[in-house]
Amino acid sequence: MIEHFPVLIIAIGLFGASFTPIVGLIRKELCSPWASFITLLQLIISIFLLYRVIAAGNMSYWLGGWEPPWGIEYAVDILNAFVLVIVAGVCFSVSIYGRKSLALEVPGKELPLYTLYILLTTGMLGIAVTGDIFNLYVFLEIGSLAAYALIAIGDRHSLMASFNYMIMGTISASFILLGIGYLYVMTGTLNMADLSALLPSLYGRPVILVALALLVVGLSIKTALFPLHTWLPDAYTHAPSAISAMLSGTFTKVGIYALIRVMFTVISPAYVIETVPVMSILSWVAAAGIIAGSVLAIAQYDIKRMLAYSSLSQIGYIVLGISMANKLAMTGGILHILSHSLMKVGLFMVAGAIIYRTGIRNIYQLRGMGKKMPLTMAAFVIGALSMIGIPPTIGFASKFYLAWGALYAGEWVFVAVILLSSLLTAVYFWRIFENVYFGVHEGIKKEEAPLSMLLPVLAFAFLVLLFGMFASIPIGIIEQWVTGVLPGED
Amino acid sequence: MVLDIIFAKYNYIIYITLMTIGFYGMIGKRNLIKKLIGMSIFQYSIFLFYVSAADVSGGTAPILLNEPAVYVNPLPHVLILTAIVVAVSTLAVGLSLAIRIYREFGTLDEDKILELSR
Repeated sequence: MIEHFPVLIIAIGLFGASFTPIVGLIRKELCSPWASFITLLQLIISIFLLYRVIAAGNMSYWLGGWEPPWGIEYAVDILNAFVLVIVAGVCFSVSIYGRKSLALEVPGKELPLYTLYILLTTGMLGIAVTGDIFNLYVFLEIGSLAAYALIAIGDRHSLMASFNYMIMGTISASFILLGIGYLYVMTGTLNMADLSALLPSLYGRPVILVALALLVVGLSIKTALFPLHTWLPDAYTHAPSAISAMLSGTFTKVGIYALIRVMFTVISPAYVIETVPVMSILSWVAAAGIIAGSVLAIAQYDIKRMLAYSSLSQIGYIVLGISMANKLAMTGGILHILSHSLMKVGLFMVAGAIIYRTGIRNIYQLRGMGKKMPLTMAAFVIGALSMIGIPPTIGFASKFYLAWGALYAGEWVFVAVILLSSLLTAVYFWRIFENVYFGVHEGIKKEEAPLSMLLPVLAFAFLVLLFGMFASIPIGIIEQWVTGVLPGED
Repeated sequence: MVLDIIFAKYNYIIYITLMTIGFYGMIGKRNLIKKLIGMSIFQYSIFLFYVSAADVSGGTAPILLNEPAVYVNPLPHVLILTAIVVAVSTLAVGLSLAIRIYREFGTLDEDKILELSR
């Protein structure tokens, strides 16, 4: 049974998405539990996959029994399974959280909303599970199309945000398609493992360089790496809160996963580090993104927009860790995928809970919120401390590894960038702490978020602390993968 | 010499030209429908690249016959069928967004919409 899990995770999602309208015809209220049920199944399968991959090595599933490189292969290794668990976990939690939040923010749209929700989840899981580079493009587009429509469900400004995202997303997808085309024309194969075996003999050719450039630029737009981020702030600000939470925790991370896959599996690390300085270019771009994201976040007064800009700098951290390409930094970068998902989804869910109860988005109007919603704001504080990087949260663990990796590589500038950005992060979260907890608050009644929204928020805050204290568990898993990719160092 | 390259690789030159036109349409035009037209040209130029790269001179359609024959490579055609479906869906999403934007703001000019949404 378990050998069919890689394809089941996709099949269940596609089945779930196409049956949502039928479930919705029976009763509209059933759509949200249905989405939770489907994503829960996907979460259980991905946890099994992670367990199986750690215990018994990589898995390969041949679609329709066709042997790769002719057939499509679903290849699962530790990195895939790790990303699968993050994506499925976030999508499941947000679907529980979203029942009340989405019912208030976009009433009466359950049917299209949850169909798209399951489709987006499946698209992202598909990107993570596939071992075929054209299949990756198809799943990327399935996920993106669902994301454009989900963002457009939000308030009236979301339409233009979604349109701009669509234009940017299509440019990015077309670049990826063209890059894949160049690789295919040169090698005649689309299977990632086969590509990595055939490409080394062609490394001297400029075509491979062009293909690499197209793929990296295309995926950078999808991950919203700094100069190509322009779609992200508007989209996250105007989408429904639950959708912003879901997208911030998963979609950009899946883009980073694809970037890692292309640079380290399809094209070998030696080529991107030594022959062409892709890595050092990316690391400087990421460092610029870290600072720019933090500075722009300080200038914002809308809480969701501030969190969106802070995503920008956190994406920079992940890419910086990966592009320094030594074991410590890379472990830190991949761990930061997990920690950013946990803390940013938690923070967006708190922002959504505040909007649900009070409708306030301006952070200077949040006075007394610490008395009104004590548990929710406690979760916010934990998430924010993790963003700053204070122990014992998981944000500390990943930033520690990043800084350690930068020291190991002798990149003093990046150490300074990481420390400076932590300081700036403290600045923009401190404004919220100050408004929420300090000053005179008379006559404020306690009014927590409803339980179905409070539980996921608290669960994420708990996980931030839990993984912060037992950071060795995810680090052990990641190191196992990193050692396989960068075997040269110790 | 230069002419030889142009004549030998004219399919690539056509696709690059179309791609640049589409890219300009997406970035330079202010009308949303014109942007979508540019987007379609941009996507289809890449499809032309795939299909022209699949061609084998003197090849026939890849249908298995009894006598030996030269076939064109069918795989890029199949890939592009998938990509065409994606492009059509993207265009559908884009056009429906344009309709909703027009109903909401009463215009399709990007600058006017930005002014109205301030």
